[in-house]
Amino acid sequence: MKKSKHLFILFITFTIFISCGGITPKKKKAETMSYQCPMKCEKDKIYHDNGTCPICDMDLKPIKFTKEVKNKNTSISETSIFNLTTKWSTEEGKIIALKELMGKTLVMVMVYTTCKSACPRLVADMRGIESKIPKGLEKNIQYILISIDPETDTPKRLKEFAIENYMDGKQWTFLQGSVDGVREFANVLAVKYKQISPMDFSHSNIISVFNPQGELVHQQEGLGVDNNETITKIINTAK
Amino acid sequence: MNIILRLAICSIFFWSMTANCQSKMTNIKGGTYTPLYGRDSLQVTIGDFLMDVYPVTNQEYILFVTKNPKWKKSKIIRLFADESYLLDWKSDTIINVNQDLKSAVTNVSWFAAKAYCNEKGKRLPTVDEWEYVAMANKKLPDARKLKSYNEYILSWYEKPKTFKKTVGSTFKNYWGVYDLHGLVWEWTSDFNSVLVSGESRKDVDNDSNLFCGSAAIGATDLMNYAAFMRYAIRGSVKAKYTLRNLGFRCVKDN
Repeated sequence: MKKSKHLFILFITFTIFISCGGITPKKKKAETMSYQCPMKCEKDKIYHDNGTCPICDMDLKPIKFTKEVKNKNTSISETSIFNLTTKWSTEEGKIIALKELMGKTLVMVMVYTTCKSACPRLVADMRGIESKIPKGLEKNIQYILISIDPETDTPKRLKEFAIENYMDGKQWTFLQGSVDGVREFANVLAVKYKQISPMDFSHSNIISVFNPQGELVHQQEGLGVDNNETITKIINTAK
Repeated sequence: MNIILRLAICSIFFWSMTANCQSKMTNIKGGTYTPLYGRDSLQVTIGDFLMDVYPVTNQEYILFVTKNPKWKKSKIIRLFADESYLLDWKSDTIINVNQDLKSAVTNVSWFAAKAYCNEKGKRLPTVDEWEYVAMANKKLPDARKLKSYNEYILSWYEKPKTFKKTVGSTFKNYWGVYDLHGLVWEWTSDFNSVLVSGESRKDVDNDSNLFCGSAAIGATDLMNYAAFMRYAIRGSVKAKYTLRNLGFRCVKDN
């Protein structure tokens, strides 16, 4: 009896050790090697293959990226909207978390598709902003319209709205969330809204700009306002 | 035999401890009423639900952050709460000497309050639900027309530092709920539906409903200055704000 007890304890300790072994952190692979001229003839130009500098002919020196650069794309700051874990459905019916939008400058607005008064103007403002962004930057920017009426605005409805308003391009994303998720996100944007009848909401008209790390960089308040400042901000973060 | 007896006593003891952990709730029977700011139809209908008898206390909140370290004072991220989150607490799990474990927890953000209720399988009350329960006095479910009811609330607004009182120190209302008036302001789930904010003055498309002069005129009960103050507070805060006199309680669907 006693022996079997000992054996049992031994077995338990053993399994604990094994399970511990499983989670020892793996060493991260070093970043791909990069090379630079030691004389910096071409300033900060980086080569991916070893060789010699075309100007001074010296051997290129391998360089290490600083940790900061490495972390830039993976870690999110305390004020990033990518901390939110709510799930959203796109107009294509794809389920995403906001984090999946990381890496692009985000221009966001909250509307609802059955809206007759302010939303068409807000949507026009969004299109106006999009049209003024210089060519070459468009792939760095995503325009996102979030419905404050998730019960009516199904992915199907959002898709129809996108087509009707010529906003069906890749740069446009429409999101349907849960009632709770929308309320939370509105709170992050400081957008206020209230359902005043089954078909109508009153809401603040705010266009928000987020940098690729999901941090709020600018908010434009009001309808049909001068959007130059907003555009400058977008261009600066998207560069 | 002895062992069985001891075990039984132990388990009863344990059960009573865990039962106490879940804060007391009381039944609220739904109904129809006219809030300060109605929808088009003015009347609002509330279903039956359960409401916490007391606001959430410091003690309960300590247990919550111990179980959910993400919401500790040292761990909270700035997206979810501003710098004054749990401002007076000495550390992550210890309150200050001048605070009371049995006082309502304040300096908590909307995000934190929401997370707390979710963890308990509850939710924050809506503005309409909160106002519905809060229009009761000791005897009547709707005492808003009574002078004494309004005077009580207004006299509270004049008293300083009522957040230091312990929960249950004000009156028990018609529904058996304490401290809706006289202790702290409370978060509601849809506080951001009140469009009386700085933003709303400029850019809410329906602001004729809700601002200052227009808001007061639009208010359904001109005498209800006390309630107007509550709506004004709701309209002025953001979800990550934490205020010294703003706490919360949870509700649950029946």
